Amino acid sequence: MMSAEKKPLLEVKHLKKYFPVGKNQTLKAVRDISLNLYKGETLGLVGESGCGKSTFGRTVIQLYEPTEGTIIYEGREINNSLSKAERHEFTRKMQMIFQDPYASLNPRMKVMDIIAEGMDAHGVYKGQERKKKVIELLETVGLSEEHANRFPHEFSGGQRQRVGIARALAVDPEFIICDEPISALDVSIQAQVINLLKELQKKRDLTYLFIAHDLSMVKHISDRIGVMYLGSMVELTDSETLFDDPVHPYTQALLSAIPIPDPDVEKSRNRIMLEGSLPDPIRLSEGCLFAGRCPYAEDLCRKNTPEMKEVRPGHFAACHKAK
Amino acid sequence: MDELFVRVHVDESEKEHIAHPNLTAFQEGWLRLKKNKAAVASLFTLIAIGLLALLAPVFSAYSYKETNYDIIYQVPSITHLFGTDQFGRDLWVRTWMGTRISLLIAFVAAFLDLTVGVVYGAVSALIGGKVDAVMQRFIEILVGIPHLIIVILLMMIMPAGIWTIVVALSITGWVNMARLVRAEILKLKNQEFVLAARVLGTSTSMIIWKHLIPNTVGVIVINAMFTIPSAIFTEAFLSFIGIGMQEPKASLGVLINNGYQVLRNFPHVLIFPAIVIVLIMVCFSILGDGLRDALDPRMRK
Amino acid sequence: MSRLLEVNQLRVQIETQHGTVQAVRGISFHLDEQETLAIVGESGSGKSISVKSIMGLLPKNGKIVEGSILLEGKDLAKYSERQMQSVRGSDISMIFQDPMTSLNPTMIIGKQIVEVLKEHRRDMTKAQMKERALELISLVGISNPEARFDQYPHQLSGGMRQRVVIAVALACDPRILIADEPTTALDVTIQAQILDLMRDLQKKIKTSIIIITHNLGVVANIADRVAVMYGGQLVETADVRDLFYETAHPYTKGLLASIPKASDKGSDLTAIPGTPPDLMEPPKGCPFAARCTKTMEVCRQYPPKDMLCRGTHRARCWLLDERAKALRE
Repeated sequence: MMSAEKKPLLEVKHLKKYFPVGKNQTLKAVRDISLNLYKGETLGLVGESGCGKSTFGRTVIQLYEPTEGTIIYEGREINNSLSKAERHEFTRKMQMIFQDPYASLNPRMKVMDIIAEGMDAHGVYKGQERKKKVIELLETVGLSEEHANRFPHEFSGGQRQRVGIARALAVDPEFIICDEPISALDVSIQAQVINLLKELQKKRDLTYLFIAHDLSMVKHISDRIGVMYLGSMVELTDSETLFDDPVHPYTQALLSAIPIPDPDVEKSRNRIMLEGSLPDPIRLSEGCLFAGRCPYAEDLCRKNTPEMKEVRPGHFAACHKAK
Repeated sequence: MDELFVRVHVDESEKEHIAHPNLTAFQEGWLRLKKNKAAVASLFTLIAIGLLALLAPVFSAYSYKETNYDIIYQVPSITHLFGTDQFGRDLWVRTWMGTRISLLIAFVAAFLDLTVGVVYGAVSALIGGKVDAVMQRFIEILVGIPHLIIVILLMMIMPAGIWTIVVALSITGWVNMARLVRAEILKLKNQEFVLAARVLGTSTSMIIWKHLIPNTVGVIVINAMFTIPSAIFTEAFLSFIGIGMQEPKASLGVLINNGYQVLRNFPHVLIFPAIVIVLIMVCFSILGDGLRDALDPRMRK
Repeated sequence: MSRLLEVNQLRVQIETQHGTVQAVRGISFHLDEQETLAIVGESGSGKSISVKSIMGLLPKNGKIVEGSILLEGKDLAKYSERQMQSVRGSDISMIFQDPMTSLNPTMIIGKQIVEVLKEHRRDMTKAQMKERALELISLVGISNPEARFDQYPHQLSGGMRQRVVIAVALACDPRILIADEPTTALDVTIQAQILDLMRDLQKKIKTSIIIITHNLGVVANIADRVAVMYGGQLVETADVRDLFYETAHPYTKGLLASIPKASDKGSDLTAIPGTPPDLMEPPKGCPFAARCTKTMEVCRQYPPKDMLCRGTHRARCWLLDERAKALRE
């Protein structure tokens, strides 16, 4: 799957993204995250709302200017050394699928024009060819020609999400950031979209950064999973290990909180209940950010911020107590 | 009935079929508007008033300034449908001439809204930062000065007449629209479909043209509908207090002022122009309300 | 256990500018004392509209056209708005998905609880009300109730707010608590806390709960019985174990199958293809026929009858008919 000798497709180094809020305060949405993504793999990114996972995705795709850090794609730094034209050309390589199927399609545009937007922006395919290509894309995502002349508000959530996928595919990207693409969908539709994404990955050799808060779906689609808490990565490893042998106490609590759709299992389970809720992300104390809710926290945790370290080959965690 | 219990194949396309008719948002808005009887009635009333204002003076035997002292203050009759005034002028013609002025003011106000207001708001929202801050402070200063003071000061340097009123309107008339458009574009700028367009490499001008403008049209149209009656009222009010249109030119405000002076003896002089101005204002407001309900995307499910 | 609430052949229509939506198409279910009934279904299946009609909170273009809602023998469907006001909050309470919008942002939380008591408990004195409010705040697991009493909703976290919403709902000891997606807007760790709290409270104050959710994990966690809705109809009702282990309806099977399991890794998920039916023009046969893998001719022609599988387990599916025996596999 992922091998050490392979060169990463995307390298993110010490990425930070701060937002100014109010008077002289900053919201540190992403605080020093580094990771590598390899060609053809899916990296899942999970965490609770406000943990900065969407900000991370949007910063990587350059919707936000990073506060600090570098983003390297195929060996080239992309966050401040590209010219305008290069940047424009680069949009064909990296694409994004959005969360809200209702807000991510322009209500005043026909599906045909929505999907063709990328082709128009890059001046590829015109006239009949453009139409043919759009229909081809519609069929790829399980829709048909009859849908091309309709407006988004006539579609169901799942159909809209597939239109969003077709739009991203129109420029033949290599790397797609999926920003909670299934959170707003019904259960029976979620599986459709996940299957479609996997099928596309196989056919087109795509690489995904899959951001979500539903852990079971993330586990299904991801090769590796990163867990975020308050803007930091707390654990990163392959998805089996993460579920079978999590080392960070936050990951453990998160996994134990997912309700399992099996009444016998669910009703006999012992949960790790986390005390309290997320602290205010603007006013954070020193030390491990999770210390306030962690059942194992001691003085060291409250004083020093733990670094990401490799506890086992390929298994990283940011916890003083992880061995 | 047993033959019904056989497995059948369901066509794939049936699973994705959309039963809903294929309508654009505006077609759908029109369908909604048609259901609103008051709004449709208002629309037709406005069309009728517009036609009368355009045609009635042309097809009448009298002109608006032609005086005839033999027939002063006549009550409505076949020859003079709305009667005559203190100079024996035909009120039917004068009323519709006055309506022309009111409608002209209406269109000027709407035009200003659509040009200055929309552009100002859009530029302010799109550039953002310091430019936005300065532009917004400027608007606040304009809003801070009472409208009437601006107009009265203007009257001191310009002759009374329709163009003075137009200038008065153009100073502040677009402010509301600018604020609304700015708010709407700020909201749209962070919508996921605009982000998607940026991610796809769509140029800024195309984003404005294809994403931002079409999605603000509803707000723009509706606000224009509400600006119009207030502009008409401003004109009528200024003419009524004597700093607008001057005799022998007629505007609805002038006519109402004339009628007001002889209200006890000759009420018809006041009643007809009053009815017309009330109709215009009420109809624009109802139509604006109807359009808001019909076009507001939040109402569409 | 005795019947507390009985819904019979409920039909609800909603008028839109395009026509009439048959949002709920003849559903019947009941709720016993101290039990938790989960209503499962996807958006647009009519689950929210069903409970809103029980609460008398239908939007003004919605109307109950048929059926009865019996609360201990009294038909709520025939109640006037005024009569419903005395039922809401005292006999039946409801909590909503988004805790932020169900609390008044300009009122301290203690006062929000007291307001409900003022409405329904005219016999209580001011001091008693405050005491009751404090008792409720600690009942829902919020520490230091005196200090919390004077706080505004924005000073609390999402999970805390939902606890307050529950406290408000429980103020008058309702017989039935209806929870419409109470954990959907919350994070998983908070969701677990709230579910725990609801189970705890049910034991303590002996109320019945109707919970609406689309998350089958939540159902497995909290429900005694489950009703599955699809296309405005109840397609399956069963005890929670029967529903998960003896699933009868193909839609329920599809839902369960579409949740990823450990064994699915690397292979495709079993998705239900297609899109739910448009309830403006509901299909004349089974609403699920277009997406079902076992569709028969009869499914497209005639709506399936409510059939008994075993004990109290019921489902609406032609496959359960004797004549379809050969096609069940």
